[in-house]
Amino acid sequence: MARKKRKQQEIFALGNEAVVEGALLAGCSFFAGYPITPSTEIAEVMSARLPRIKDGVYIQMEDEIASMGAIIGASLAGRKSMTATSGPGFSLMQENLGYACMTEVPLVLVNVMRGGPSTGLPTSPAQGDVQQARWGRHGDHPIIVLSASNVQECLEMTVVAFNFAEKYRTPVILLLDEITAHTREKITIPHAEDLEILARVTPAMPPEWYVTYEDTMRGVPSLAPLGTGYRFHVTGLTHDQNGFPTSKPEEVKALMYRQFRKIDQFFYDIQLVDEVECADAEVLVIAYGCVARSAELAVSMAREQGIKAGLLKLKTLFPFPKTTVQALARQCRAVIVPEMNMGQISREVKRVNNGFTKVITNNRVDGQIITPSEIFKNISQA
Amino acid sequence: MAQVTELIHNYLRHNKKFPHVYCAGCGHGIVLGSLIRSVHNLGYSKDDVVLVAGIGCSGRMAVYVDFNTVHTTHGRALTFATGIKMANPSLKVIVVMGDGDAMSIGGNHLIHAARRNIGLTALVLNNNIYGMTGGQYSPTSPPGTISATSPFGLLERSFDIVDMAMASGANYVARGTVMQVNMLDGLIAEALENPGFNLVEILSPCHTQYGRKNKFKTVVDMYEWYKKNTVKLDRYVKMSAAEQAGLTPIGVFRKETLPGLEVRYAELREKLQEQG
Repeated sequence: MARKKRKQQEIFALGNEAVVEGALLAGCSFFAGYPITPSTEIAEVMSARLPRIKDGVYIQMEDEIASMGAIIGASLAGRKSMTATSGPGFSLMQENLGYACMTEVPLVLVNVMRGGPSTGLPTSPAQGDVQQARWGRHGDHPIIVLSASNVQECLEMTVVAFNFAEKYRTPVILLLDEITAHTREKITIPHAEDLEILARVTPAMPPEWYVTYEDTMRGVPSLAPLGTGYRFHVTGLTHDQNGFPTSKPEEVKALMYRQFRKIDQFFYDIQLVDEVECADAEVLVIAYGCVARSAELAVSMAREQGIKAGLLKLKTLFPFPKTTVQALARQCRAVIVPEMNMGQISREVKRVNNGFTKVITNNRVDGQIITPSEIFKNISQA
Repeated sequence: MAQVTELIHNYLRHNKKFPHVYCAGCGHGIVLGSLIRSVHNLGYSKDDVVLVAGIGCSGRMAVYVDFNTVHTTHGRALTFATGIKMANPSLKVIVVMGDGDAMSIGGNHLIHAARRNIGLTALVLNNNIYGMTGGQYSPTSPPGTISATSPFGLLERSFDIVDMAMASGANYVARGTVMQVNMLDGLIAEALENPGFNLVEILSPCHTQYGRKNKFKTVVDMYEWYKKNTVKLDRYVKMSAAEQAGLTPIGVFRKETLPGLEVRYAELREKLQEQG
């Protein structure tokens, strides 16, 4: 008997609305946040949707510090949880985000980038939070940072963000920009059954055998939801395998090294990029977020003129996709990095390129998108 | 006495994290004992209790006791606890904070947790000083306090934790001291059983960082001070203003039983889902 083909649902949605669709598909049932432009639609739609699903919780907290605290608490209680914010709110979240890094709590934080620093340009796009996303917390730690460049990707990358958070027991930051978040276009909502949805590993052993931060081959300890009989201690202090505070150098080192190892050794799983016309490219454009759309058009304009241009669209920003960037950079005579900041990804490109190929920066920080013609001009002169 | 100790030992992670950090004469151990007796007498399972703590001497309490324990960031304990309670309302959530935690860096979280009436019990251990960092004045240090950062006497006024909780709409507000332990056991137990947001301020002495610099020669002097200068609320309200001067009332200031936010949210969810 032929299986009935399921009709996929198509909707006309904002990037921010697509984030909500992705989160709910991924199993998110807890949202805490604080209103801030241009991320607020995520909270608004969540407040209407979450109470309609089983055990769903939406809560508006008193500030972004509290929002981060609440989603960490909810995640420890076994929920897939998230928050969304922008610029100043992202700065406020860093404290508790660092706690989530140290305690390895899975969660998703969507930061819709606007012009900064400080209050900056609340309704204009920017990409100035890239290095903050990587290094905003004090102390050394790994983190996963993703981006999306159109509304469909907002949905898809939110699902990926939850999967990475659960799989690697880590906070994941999804960086959007005002343009991507506020673009309205047609998207296809996939069926939940067609998606791979991951959940954190919970302990299979009896409580008395449970080692809270056990160092396994995978490097990702299992996490028991609070109240399920596995009584353990969670602390932002440097801790031993049992979760208790320690300052013994060998135990401190073991914790830090495992936290890095659990991300580093799965680099190939985490590194997500799209290659457009890269196979024979001689001039490579590396872009992410809304700028990647301009870049895609610029590359096709260049191809029409007979210039062998290609686009490498970064979906994972950190850990930086060095293997792909390195290989493609070596095949090209020039790499152009257009971005709406003073050069936050181009410095990563230069670092992994190590002087091999010419790297041309193309920066803009006036709250306006980098246009296809601007990028095309750079390609044609490269 | 031996029986009391045995009861408490059943709740401690005695093989893991001792000796504790508390100085001789510190009141925090007495509070932990009181909390354990209250939980035991109410018959709660250790698995159902989540102890959420902030940073400072009070924050270290979480590591010693065999519940689900979360030692959070400075001042933010209530935000984590709010997430835990909303995510799983069947858990008994207890939050332990110090005066710096609750009234200074976490002051905003305290008033909002009380306002939204989230179902948990907050114990604020007030020793009038930042103990762990070496004795700097806190928002509850009395005017004139000599501390590491007010060597010439404190010019600022202090917060009254009970007044703050009352004004913010907490369901249950009480104050006790570590000198009157039977009363404290009762207050904590009552708070744990009450719905919505419950706060118990507990006066707990820090001789090391506060007492020595503020005319308390010995630890015993501080406990004596609590005994002499606190008065039960029912007696306090009958006193004249002149008699009340310098005295701190203790007891239950408010007891309401309005449902917690987590209960009201579950009702909303049920209603919406019935509508489909």
